[in-house]
Amino acid sequence: MIKKNFFKIGDQILKSRLIIGTGKYKNFKETAAAVKASGASMVTVAVRRVNILDKKKPLLTDYLSPKLIKYLPNTAGCFNAEDSLRTLRLAREMGGWKMVKLEVLGDKKNLYPNMIETLKATKVLVKEGFKVLVYCSDDPLLAKELEHLGASAVMPLASPIGSGQGIQNKINLSIIIKNSKVPIIVDAGIGTASDATIAMELGCDGVLVNSAIAKAQNPVLMAESFKSAVISGRKSFIAGRMQKLSYADASSPLKGLI
Amino acid sequence: MAKIQLNGRKLELNKKHSIAEILKKYKLDRKKIAVELNGKIVNRNKYKIIYIKNKDKIEIVHFIGGG
Repeated sequence: MIKKNFFKIGDQILKSRLIIGTGKYKNFKETAAAVKASGASMVTVAVRRVNILDKKKPLLTDYLSPKLIKYLPNTAGCFNAEDSLRTLRLAREMGGWKMVKLEVLGDKKNLYPNMIETLKATKVLVKEGFKVLVYCSDDPLLAKELEHLGASAVMPLASPIGSGQGIQNKINLSIIIKNSKVPIIVDAGIGTASDATIAMELGCDGVLVNSAIAKAQNPVLMAESFKSAVISGRKSFIAGRMQKLSYADASSPLKGLI
Repeated sequence: MAKIQLNGRKLELNKKHSIAEILKKYKLDRKKIAVELNGKIVNRNKYKIIYIKNKDKIEIVHFIGGG
């Protein structure tokens, strides 16, 4: 667990503990406005075929310059180690990206991570010099194994991708956080700003959010809300919450009562 | 004439094309894409010297929004 109040992944220091996804927005203009409002210094992006028939199609890079904001290429849509390796090697060729998000899915309905393939791919990527941020299940033993394999950050899910169900297993997350020497970033399932605060209060180092912002009624305002929520949760964690009591403890002194 | 596959689409090229020429033809900025030729990544410095052959499979990818 990293207690210092800066967010360091591998050798990179990020200004914001909020990482946001760039999928599901109405258009690139909205994506760019939300990214700006969120204060995020890193965004996830997907690697896909160029549409060769539509030469005028707008490009993400025209709205979000990789020179101004850090791109974190992902492997969304990959269901085995081999496909995810292929995707990330292409991403690296595109602009030298070494920091990547590995996400190997195992189940189309729940998008639950396939941890067997994830472990396999992590090993290869680390060997090839990638800095790997790994989407994973909230199993404390597997999270530790990813750290042993050389993952730069471990990213357990809060609940299924895009479900907005919030944090479903605080106990597992807490165990993972306490045991880890690398940053823990809650990825997937965050539904609203308070979920991010809870994650940060548990002691997470960061939060990765996409749908909760992109699918909000007002994505730009929600992005701003997440910015405050993450900062607030982090401060609350560092401040240290009061102890819970099983009885009342009056806030006003009894002395001098008339 | 070469029959190739570009991003899953079958195409016929009536003259010899380098990868750089393919990129130019489809107005693609080489700084924003990556190219895979028959399953192998093509080093961006070699786009001009690698020519497309019959039955080649080319994939050109870029970044899009994703979570």
